[in-house]
Parts: sequence; structure tokens; C-alpha cells
Amino acid sequence: MPKVTYIEHNGTEHVVAVDSGTTCRDAAIDNDIPGIDGDCGGVCACATCHVYVDPAWLDKTGRTVAGEMEAELLQFAEDFRENSRLACQIKVTEDLDGLVLRIPAGQH
Amino acid sequence: MSVNQAITEDVSKIPLEEMDLSNPLLYQNDTIGEYFRRMRAEAPVSYCAKSPHGPYWSVTKFNDIMRIETDHKTFSSDAARGGIALGGIGVPTEASAMGGLEMFIAMDPPKHDEQRKVVSPMVAPHNLEALEPIIRERAAAILDSLPIGEEIDWVDRVSIELTTMTLATLFDFPWEERRKLTRWSDMVTATPGNGVDSWEQWQEEMTECGMYFKGLWDQRVGGEQKHDLISMLAGSPATSNMPFPEFLGNLILLIVGGNDTTRSSISGGVLALNENPAEYVKLMNDPSLIPGMVSEIIRWQTPIASMMRTAVCDAEVGGKTIREGEKVVMWYLSGNRDSEVIERADEFLIDRKNPRQHLSFGFGIHRCVGNRIAELQLRIIWEEIVKRFSKVEVVGKPVRSLSHIIHGFTKMPVKLHAR
Repeated sequence: MPKVTYIEHNGTEHVVAVDSGTTCRDAAIDNDIPGIDGDCGGVCACATCHVYVDPAWLDKTGRTVAGEMEAELLQFAEDFRENSRLACQIKVTEDLDGLVLRIPAGQH
Repeated sequence: MSVNQAITEDVSKIPLEEMDLSNPLLYQNDTIGEYFRRMRAEAPVSYCAKSPHGPYWSVTKFNDIMRIETDHKTFSSDAARGGIALGGIGVPTEASAMGGLEMFIAMDPPKHDEQRKVVSPMVAPHNLEALEPIIRERAAAILDSLPIGEEIDWVDRVSIELTTMTLATLFDFPWEERRKLTRWSDMVTATPGNGVDSWEQWQEEMTECGMYFKGLWDQRVGGEQKHDLISMLAGSPATSNMPFPEFLGNLILLIVGGNDTTRSSISGGVLALNENPAEYVKLMNDPSLIPGMVSEIIRWQTPIASMMRTAVCDAEVGGKTIREGEKVVMWYLSGNRDSEVIERADEFLIDRKNPRQHLSFGFGIHRCVGNRIAELQLRIIWEEIVKRFSKVEVVGKPVRSLSHIIHGFTKMPVKLHAR
């Protein structure tokens, strides 16, 4: 099962085994990762599962596309960066085994 | 219970096409729930051909509302097309506060995006951390000033007081005059006979509001950059050259957004706990339930009952075709009772599993910009309430707002019991 590492803004790491096909948002909720609320239920509508993808993984996860919903929501998120993504829009695959996601300080 | 049964029978006999969910009396007498229940079951997306506000579509189920919220390219908020509130908010159509004044909630991208980005840092989490001790101190002072065992109006003494203080803090508004903010917020939703005597008076008071803020703006526009909302709007290139109606519109948006809404949730929570005594016991036994309870209160109250969009092209929602130019009302208050999405949706449960899953803040690019500060105020007031009182007892019938948009209370008589 692929493993995903979530790093809280204070440095605390959580390594979670995730079924392929599950989104990083759902995996975070299922494992009570602090800082990922996912209020909308994982349908790209609230930006409360904002994460920074470790730059080494960006090519595999992909980036946001300007004009699409994910990018439109993220532009309002606090401390939006080039490697910002919504965890609900990243589906875990075998290719993403070892993925590292950081959680913004501003997301409680 | 016979009254409720009578209402239920009546509602079931009304022809569906004659159901007008925008009738404000249904909210004032609190019978709207039965109407929504029937709409969700029989006609979740339905067309109301005749209403005082003209024809409109009603969308009553959670997922259909979400579909509209997340498709702002099809469903416009632009004031020029009709804005965000069916019938405007209280104001005559030709001068509608949600149409005549310009505010970013009633804009589409890209202008919406530029203006929202100016305001959102103010209510971002790191700013809220700084605000928490101030809000807590004020909440404590409000509660400590209340008499035990005497009938008082919770709406005025607590709900309005706390939200107005917070708003005055956000605006760095002259402290002694802060109730002006409450008055102007109420004015936006007032109609002759309902909060104001005439449209002339309305116009006069809104002009006063505009001039007052113009004064604050002029003081701050050239001054050192401070972190209040007026300075932020005055200091940012995206907003510093706003025409006056746009400036006033955005300020009013922030006043109403920060005032009526949280006020209604502070009152609504007291009522919900009184109507569900077992939940009140849970709360007193375990105050660590408060953060989840706050979300549940916001779902249960749904302080903004509805918002509107206008279709810019033909679109399908819930199997119905909505034509270009038609108005679509999203009934959040109904979607928040949709048991297909929310388990035991008709029950107020302070320890429910996914309390944050509700429509009260909206979704998509117009999602409530102040949602965290709303939650913060509610959390603090409840933490301070349980420290002081064994019960905030509702001792008379609360008076509800006459509005299909602002879902709140104008009076709630309570008696406080000491711990």
C-alpha cells in the first residue's frame, strides 16, 4: 500500500498507508491528521485541505491549472504558493508511494 | 403539537407550483421547515412562476446546491444580472443594496477575486490568533455584566453586543459609537414598517453610514498601514481607487456579513440547547465538545437561509433545465436538513461525526470569507458561558426575523442560572 507523509506546520510527521484510489484528503480525514478539515466533503469546493506538495513530487502529483476550480479556490487561501494543491484533488497511486505533503500554518 | 400537525396538513395540500418559499412570514412563524421537507421529497428543483420578486427556481437538496455553488461560470452572482439575493435585501429594487451598491459578493471573477483577496488576510488564521484574547476578554465582560435570575433579552445583551464589539475591533471603529454598526447592518435588511419608517428614512440613514465611513477612509487612506479592514481597503491598489458605491457596498457587505450572521447563531444555539435538553446536559458534562457544537449550531441555525444566482446559459440541475437568464435560489436552510447527505439531519446533535459538513458558509469562490472568525466568536462565548452559568434558560417565545434571507431572531427572553 502506498505511504503518504503529512507534515504539520510544527514539524510533526504522520506517515499513513493509503489504498490506491483514495484521495489525500480522505486519507487525512480517516487518520485524523490535524490541519486538514475538508469541510466540503472532498469535492473541490472549500479549500480547507490545502497542502504544499514537496517539490520533488510535483511532477508526479501535477500542478494546479489556472482558471480551473482548484486554482480559483487556492488563490484565496492564506500563503498560497506555487506548490499548493488541494489534497482532495490528489488521488493516491503506486507512483505516489512516499509522497510528502506539508500542511500550511494557517490551516487549523 | 396540534399546531404543528395542522401546519403539516396544510402544507401537504398546497399545490407544489403555488409554494413560494420566499414568503418571509414562513420564517417569522417558523413553519418553513415543513415546506422544505415537502420540496425535498417531491420537487427538489422546482420553478415558482409567481412571487412578489418574480419567477425563480428553488433548489432544496444539499448536492444540487453544491452543484450550483461550484459552477460560478454558469451561475453568476453579478449584480448587473440580478445579484445574490432574491428581491435584493429589503431594499426597493431600483436601489437594491445587493444591486445598486457594488460589493464583491455580487461580482464574478476577475473583479471578485481581486477585491476578495484584499479582505481575506484580515480574517486569516494568524490574525485571528491575535484577536482571540481580545474577544475573550470582551465576551467575559459582557457575561459578567448580566444579572442572574432576571429576564433579559439575549439577542440584545449578548448576541448583538459581542458581534458588534468584534466588528468594531476589525474596523478599528470609534468604540463608543459602535452600535451605529448594528443599526446600519439592520438597515440593510429593513423595510418600511419592519425596522424603518420609510424609504426616505432608509436613504437618510444609509447616507449617514456612507459619510461616516468616508470620513474614516479619508483619515486612513494616507496614513500608516494598519491592520484594520478600512485601512486594508484604503491601502491596497486593488481597492484604493474604488468608486464610492463600491466602497460603501463592500463595507456594508462586511458589516452584514460580520453582524447579522454570527448574531443569529449565538442566539440560535441557546434556543437549540433549550429545545434539546439532553444535548445541554452533554455540553455541561463535557465542554470539550464545544468546537464541534459550534459547527452544529451553525448548521442548525443556517443564519443565511438562501442566496441566489442567475444562469448565464442553459444548464441542468437535478434533472431540470434552467434557462439562460433564470434566477436560481439555493435554500441552504433546506440543504442543511437533507438526510441523504447529513445523517439524522433533523436532529440537533452537538457531538455528531462530521459537523463541519454543512452549507451555512456556502461553497466555491464565494464561500464565507469570515467563517473562521464566526466560529471563533461562537467557541469563545460558549466556553465562557459554561464557566459561569449552569443554564441559559429560554423563558418566553423568541421573536424571529421577517426575512427569507436573514434567518435570525430579534428577541429572545432568557433567565440565567448561576453555576
